Amino acid sequence: MRKVTMLGALAMVATIVTTLFGFAGSASAATPTFIQGTLVDASKAPISGVTISVTGPNNFTGSSVSDGTGKWKVEVPAAAVYQVTINQEELPSGQALTDPTKATIKANVISLGFDLTILFPIGPGVEKTSNLERSAQLFADGLILALVIALAALGLNLVFGTTGLTNFAHGELLTLGGLLTYFLSAIVKLDVIFAIPLAVLLSAFIGGYLQDKLLWGPLRRRGTGLIAALIVSIGLAIFVRYFYLFIFGGDTRQLPQYAGQPGITIAGLVSITPKSIITSSIGLAMLVGATLWLSKSRLGKASRAVADNPALASSSGIEVERVISAVWILGATLASYAGIMVTVNQGVSFVMGQDLLLLIFAAVTLGGLGTINGALVGSLAIGVSIQLSTLFIPTELKYVGALAILILILLVRPQGILGKKGRIG
Amino acid sequence: MDFLFITQQSLSSAIGVDTIIFALAAIGLNMHFGYTGLLNFGQAGFLAVGAYSVAVSVVTFDISLWVALLIGIINSVLLALLLGIPTLRLRADYLAIVTIAVSEIIRQVARSATFNKTLGGSDGITGKFGKQFFDLNPFKDGLKLPWLRFTPNDLWVVIVGWFVIALLLFLMWILVNSPWGRLLKAIREDEDAVRSLGKNVYLYKIQSLIAGGVIGSIGGFFYALSRQSVQPDNYGTALTFFAYTVLILGGAARVLAPIAGAMIFWFLLVFVEQTLRQAVAAGYVPEWLIGVNQVGQIRFMLVGLGLMLLMIFRPQGIFGNRKELALDARA
Repeated sequence: MRKVTMLGALAMVATIVTTLFGFAGSASAATPTFIQGTLVDASKAPISGVTISVTGPNNFTGSSVSDGTGKWKVEVPAAAVYQVTINQEELPSGQALTDPTKATIKANVISLGFDLTILFPIGPGVEKTSNLERSAQLFADGLILALVIALAALGLNLVFGTTGLTNFAHGELLTLGGLLTYFLSAIVKLDVIFAIPLAVLLSAFIGGYLQDKLLWGPLRRRGTGLIAALIVSIGLAIFVRYFYLFIFGGDTRQLPQYAGQPGITIAGLVSITPKSIITSSIGLAMLVGATLWLSKSRLGKASRAVADNPALASSSGIEVERVISAVWILGATLASYAGIMVTVNQGVSFVMGQDLLLLIFAAVTLGGLGTINGALVGSLAIGVSIQLSTLFIPTELKYVGALAILILILLVRPQGILGKKGRIG
Repeated sequence: MDFLFITQQSLSSAIGVDTIIFALAAIGLNMHFGYTGLLNFGQAGFLAVGAYSVAVSVVTFDISLWVALLIGIINSVLLALLLGIPTLRLRADYLAIVTIAVSEIIRQVARSATFNKTLGGSDGITGKFGKQFFDLNPFKDGLKLPWLRFTPNDLWVVIVGWFVIALLLFLMWILVNSPWGRLLKAIREDEDAVRSLGKNVYLYKIQSLIAGGVIGSIGGFFYALSRQSVQPDNYGTALTFFAYTVLILGGAARVLAPIAGAMIFWFLLVFVEQTLRQAVAAGYVPEWLIGVNQVGQIRFMLVGLGLMLLMIFRPQGIFGNRKELALDARA
């Protein structure tokens, strides 16, 4: 839904630019000169009865009310820069400027005789929706973001719990899932429905099994310290990220299928695309499945035993290396799917994982490093608070808000919401 | 292939402005990570605070540059306190996550449209805020040797920069060989043992964080002055990680290591980039493999790979002492 509005706004901006430079009218200086325009809504229907006022040098003022075809016209006396203002209050309900801060537009009349056309981009405005609707929409968006973070955070936390590695390259697993899906669907031309599971399997194998076998396993046997391993993961993250950039390029790309899917409205409050519903449902199922697997299955229990005390687990017959391998595969599976969720809904770029990594860390730290339920609670808190915070602070600062919350909570409860107190040194 | 040009570029870079900036950032990190064992992943934040303090004070508030430098130092002390007070009681990785978060907060606030008027938004601040500094420059012709080239402004930044670095390193050498410095190293090796001797570990860690942070913000001064502009995205996490690479390359917990690290880092970086660029242009490397625009990316891949390999095979760096920095012993 939001994508569609954005596209509409872009199209309108393009029209403004073209009309601004395409002057109409005759070149004779004697002819009256007008600043004019036509008000239409997103569906191109004319909007009448809206006042447009024009102010300019020498205390010039003029105004015009749009007629039945949406046209308005103000005669100006001289070549100068004029301020053209639309009265937003008079727009019919459900219609608003796509950018409410652009209610006044500068109009540069270059010389008399050249009429100037001004367009005010109008669409189903955001500021006309009620606070309840906005909150509901943001809450829904927040839940989806929380799910993405939680899927990634669970793997990060499991790896941390079993091996002690604070993995700064975990974000690159999300990008791996997204890029493989893009590769399989856009280049190999597989249907997205088949590309996704294949991408998850490949990521689990490359990012989980191979990564552990070829890099972290040998490092553990060498006895590399935890902080050294952390710095190795930073090096790996830089290497892999620029490798992605090298082969994929710097732009954000959409999958060939389902890119511009229109949203459906649920309960009159929340607009959500079908693809988002489907990918989120699968994600939720994977998250629940993984949590159940950890608490019920033999291998899951073993992984918790290893997290608690690797030496004791090993001496009681648990194959620690096998457990760690399983944890890596599970972590890579969940993380790559989280990346795929973002890819399907917003497109994929090489920095996708890096951008999310800090939020994943925030979620894990907030919930308590190394605790499974903590990762879930922390993700929920971070995801929802990021989206809801835009009710009060500018959207561009929403991550700042979330990170500030993280720091404040650590001040009061350093071990995180569900963390064990003994974990702090 | 123009080897004279490649050598000139690499050498100029190895003793030039970038090396000075990264050396200062790494000297600060050496205090934090090398001597005290603090995992500060927000060094970019300290550089940003230094750079923005200068730019904002001079351009937006029209304050004298020399007062602005003082403001920058005060701000970096405040940032160190803000970071240190909540996190230094926690385990090392908490400090890492909080510092990286704060440095990102600083960058995102600096580039936000909300504070566009004071902080310049995503375009940053460009202006002649270094005028008072460059007015003092006696070398109006710059340097034009066949293998070394600097513009007049760069030459002045380089001369003052190396002088400041020498001064700071001398101070640092005195500090780390004092009882205070030995205490920091003891904290790095075994915090509990130090605490059991009745020392206030928390207080010493904060002092170390402040000292290293102020040195980082001085790096920020040079970053801002040399370019006469500040760009928010220059102060991302990559800056911190490159500073770590510089430090580890030279060898953590060695006073001179950041200098050696920064010089080698920038020499190699520019050498590889220029050589690749010329090789691609001359057709020695096929176009389908590496395009001209992709040379920069290869450079960063090599940094990442280099950091990994260093940490795995030679964590003490080129000049470090493995016994001095027993990274492996710490968990």
